[in-house]
Amino acid sequence: MKNYLNIIIAYSIMLGLIILVGVFQSWSIALTIFNYCMISAVMTMGANIQWGYAGLINFGIMGYTALGGLAVVLVSVAPVSEAWSVGGVNMLISLLFIILMIFSVRYVLKNIEKSKKRNYLVAGIIIVGLFLIKIISGPAIELIEAVEPAKTGFLGGLGMPVLFSWIVGGFFAAGLAFIVGKVALGLRADYLAIATLLIAEIVVSIIKHEDWLARGVKNVIGLKRPAPYEIDLQTSPWFIDLVEKFHSTKLSLTNSLTERQDLLNQLVIDASSIYVKLCFAGLFLIVVIILLLVTQKALYSPWGRMMRAIRDNEEAASAMGKNVVKQHLFIFILGSAIVGIAGAMMVTNDGLFTPGSYRPMRYTFVIWVMVIVGGTGNNFGAILGGFVVWFLWVEAAPIALFFINLFTSHLPETNEIKIHLINSAPYFRFLLVGIGLLLIMRFRPQGIIPEKIIKQ
Amino acid sequence: MDFINAIIVLLNYTILPALTYGSQLALGAIFVTLIYGILRFANFATGDMMSFGTMFAVLFTYYLQSKGISFGFLPTALLTIPFAVAMMISYMLIIDKTVFSYYRINKSPPVQLAMVSIGVMFVTQAIIRIIIGPTDRRFMDGEKFILKASEFKDMTGLAEGLTIKSTQIITIVVTIILVAILFWFLNKTKTGTSMRAYSDNEDLALLSGIDPKKVVLITWIIAGILATIGGVLYGLDKSYRPFVYFNNMLPIFAAAIAGGIGNPYGAFLGGYLIAFAEIFLTYAYKRFFIYILPEQLEPNSLMQLLSTDYKFAISFSILVIVLVFRPSGIFEGKKI
Repeated sequence: MKNYLNIIIAYSIMLGLIILVGVFQSWSIALTIFNYCMISAVMTMGANIQWGYAGLINFGIMGYTALGGLAVVLVSVAPVSEAWSVGGVNMLISLLFIILMIFSVRYVLKNIEKSKKRNYLVAGIIIVGLFLIKIISGPAIELIEAVEPAKTGFLGGLGMPVLFSWIVGGFFAAGLAFIVGKVALGLRADYLAIATLLIAEIVVSIIKHEDWLARGVKNVIGLKRPAPYEIDLQTSPWFIDLVEKFHSTKLSLTNSLTERQDLLNQLVIDASSIYVKLCFAGLFLIVVIILLLVTQKALYSPWGRMMRAIRDNEEAASAMGKNVVKQHLFIFILGSAIVGIAGAMMVTNDGLFTPGSYRPMRYTFVIWVMVIVGGTGNNFGAILGGFVVWFLWVEAAPIALFFINLFTSHLPETNEIKIHLINSAPYFRFLLVGIGLLLIMRFRPQGIIPEKIIKQ
Repeated sequence: MDFINAIIVLLNYTILPALTYGSQLALGAIFVTLIYGILRFANFATGDMMSFGTMFAVLFTYYLQSKGISFGFLPTALLTIPFAVAMMISYMLIIDKTVFSYYRINKSPPVQLAMVSIGVMFVTQAIIRIIIGPTDRRFMDGEKFILKASEFKDMTGLAEGLTIKSTQIITIVVTIILVAILFWFLNKTKTGTSMRAYSDNEDLALLSGIDPKKVVLITWIIAGILATIGGVLYGLDKSYRPFVYFNNMLPIFAAAIAGGIGNPYGAFLGGYLIAFAEIFLTYAYKRFFIYILPEQLEPNSLMQLLSTDYKFAISFSILVIVLVFRPSGIFEGKKI
């Protein structure tokens, strides 16, 4: 119990802060923040597995998040049958060509000795393959994108339940991580950071510009939800009854019947949005708890000890007969898959997929700040980091506004500096997060909740 | 005649823009590579530092314009560069003193310094946005074109026009002068030699009496000059927007690594390599082929290898290929 005291204190403070938001701003905002904190926590856990357990830098979090989001579209959206009929066959043939290309490159790499000839052969296969794919898919893409461009213009998905897409998102991210890991994991730490960031940028730019896949920057809206819709709740009698019971004292204060009805309607609308967010919060909580149990178990298992040994001294671990390359690849895939799940969760929560919004600032660097602030190598720390930094990121603007008003209260309303500062309140989030990171790096480099190694 | 027209098309739409863009990237890449070679970390605040210097150039330009001062046919911003550079260098030195020096003295691993530079990136971005805001700003004034397409057509009687923007010539000329001075400094002066020694082998350099503080100071001064001028040239040619500058960090990194990180010659060439690859692979060659091929072979498609949407993706792919096959860079072996 004593071991966990600081964790419990830190978590209670965090929860208290969110409750304060609920009291002072609104419960709906507090729940939105809570849900996003949870999604950030999952991403942070993924990054923490890679960095904290194995010392691998992955700046490509943005790419895996985007792939997770793509999975939601490809799994849950109903297929666009017209698009399939005009261009489906050609796209499937192109996919076949891609698979053929991969296998022939693999074959060449395995069976021909390392030489200039082999390099040319691989390059030749890739160029011919790309050329053929372009010829086959080009007209099909045009046809697909011409199918009701304002509404669809893409192939659509499989029309399956949205929760299934969370798993698929994990697998998509794992697939990308396998390729990236094979290509880049041998690089030195800072090169790896840059390489993963740039590969993620390539992935996002493909998702952004291949409109036939997921409408690109035109966004996919109105995705399925694992929770009820507000409109349905507002018309279902059981929900109205529930709200009525919950607020019976408040309702009994009003006398006239019409006023009472108006108040009830307002309460039902508020309650429906809170109810939906609570449903999401429950689902996310389940994911976080499962991941926490599994990662915690893994961390203190023989496997976790081996990973720490590899992290702290690669040569020694490899001398003890551990396959460092294989373990690095495995943990890279594992962490990325978790990030992919988080990406799918986020898109499900938003109900829309906006490829244009995947930017390195928000989806790589902020997540890394979370990992470092929370505590590397400690799952509780990672979750806390997700909560703390996301809370700061969202609440920085109101806090900054409060302080600006406090310090400039002696100035008249028309003062130019005051107006300028008030207008730039949203940007104080960068300042707050940046200074937070610098302070933590300087004075508590191991994070708020440092790594703890239990000795048996 | 058709052949000359085809060459003019290429010159106008690919070679000249690529040279301009390449010069801008090259300055940034040398900045990255110097910091990496001498201070030994990947500076993720690169784009934002360039943005910071440019911000002052923009503000000073607005100030001068309001006073009615201009630089004749040249953009006023060129006048403001010394002030902007001074602001940039003082900011960099403050950051170094308060943030980076602690980790340098403690001999922290490069990864930790890179993480710290992310913190600096956040703070710099906040300062920029609070001071100047996130909007797009144009601060180019003076003569816009050196040669207009119509003038060129009248002069030569060709069907294709050649447009030379003054910013393009300014960018290329300033870059060549700056880089020539820099290489002269690094190779011929005593301070430059000591910097190279420090970059090659820190311990040996310290043993032979090189003052590390001086090396670090000079590095930041050079970095400040490169970052500000690179940023101002980019802003004059396109426009100034903080977000775009942050994004430019990625092709700049690509240029620096493709040229072999820590190697200024490589970074210089890497900038042009990235720029030419981006522009040559995304240009639609239809007009070029119309001139050069006989009529019956004329293409009816755009003859574009990749859509311009993938401009950034090309430089990143080059980088990934270089990293995998030649992690020490294409131009390895030519150290500063």
